Amino acid sequence: MSNSERSMRTPLGRVRHHGASREGTGHFIAQRVTSVALIILAPWFAVAAALSIRDASYLATIDFISNPINAVGVILLVAIGLYHMSLGMQEVIVDYVLKPSTKVILLFLNVAAPLVLAVGAIFAVLLVNFGV
Amino acid sequence: MAGATRPEEKPIAPHLSVWRWHVTMASSILHRVTGVGLYGAAIGVALWLMAAAAGPETYAIVDTILSAWYGQIAMYLVIASLAYHLANGIRHLVFDTGAGLTPADADTSAWFAILFAIAAPIGLWALLTFGG
Repeated sequence: MSNSERSMRTPLGRVRHHGASREGTGHFIAQRVTSVALIILAPWFAVAAALSIRDASYLATIDFISNPINAVGVILLVAIGLYHMSLGMQEVIVDYVLKPSTKVILLFLNVAAPLVLAVGAIFAVLLVNFGV
Repeated sequence: MAGATRPEEKPIAPHLSVWRWHVTMASSILHRVTGVGLYGAAIGVALWLMAAAAGPETYAIVDTILSAWYGQIAMYLVIASLAYHLANGIRHLVFDTGAGLTPADADTSAWFAILFAIAAPIGLWALLTFGG
């Protein structure tokens, strides 16, 4: 670094390959904020769903989702949970997948799949509650 | 710093074959493994909700899977993974404050997270069998 003043390398050339920038802090904060919400939502869902849907039957499941508190809780769990898992998997993909083309495809799928599933699952909860 | 490291020459963590096994290493690996496992579980929850909205005929598929032996094993693993990821996630939130980072404290809390993952599914099973 001592001769960096006299180096012929441009600033861009020096910072290349020194890691991504700009968005790391937002990712870090989002992961922790969603994790705090999930500390409450995930155990609540596991225990409440297990206690009220013991035999996994259709009617017990519909009863559970039809309760307004359960419906709100499940929608929050799906939205926050799928966002949190997408953030986590993004980290795993960036860490382990080195081939750029594979990495880009997986990163795309990691955004698309949770989004589609979240919209589908939330719409399903609304359908059970308000559908004909 | 003159020669920037090429991406393919970056060291890849963790060096499983280099370091001797220790519990904090296991806790870190388990956090990732359970996180990836819960990714699958969350997809399952989303599909479960959509199957419930689709009607009894579609839901029968879910019922069959959850009632089968492999469904029961999957449920057990999901609850254990959720319990571990929850306990270790709280552990990491505590780490973020700067607390509990001494080797002795980190070892103790890692063992606590592992034991919680073993105890939680048994506790939920006991609650379902003997409680309420």
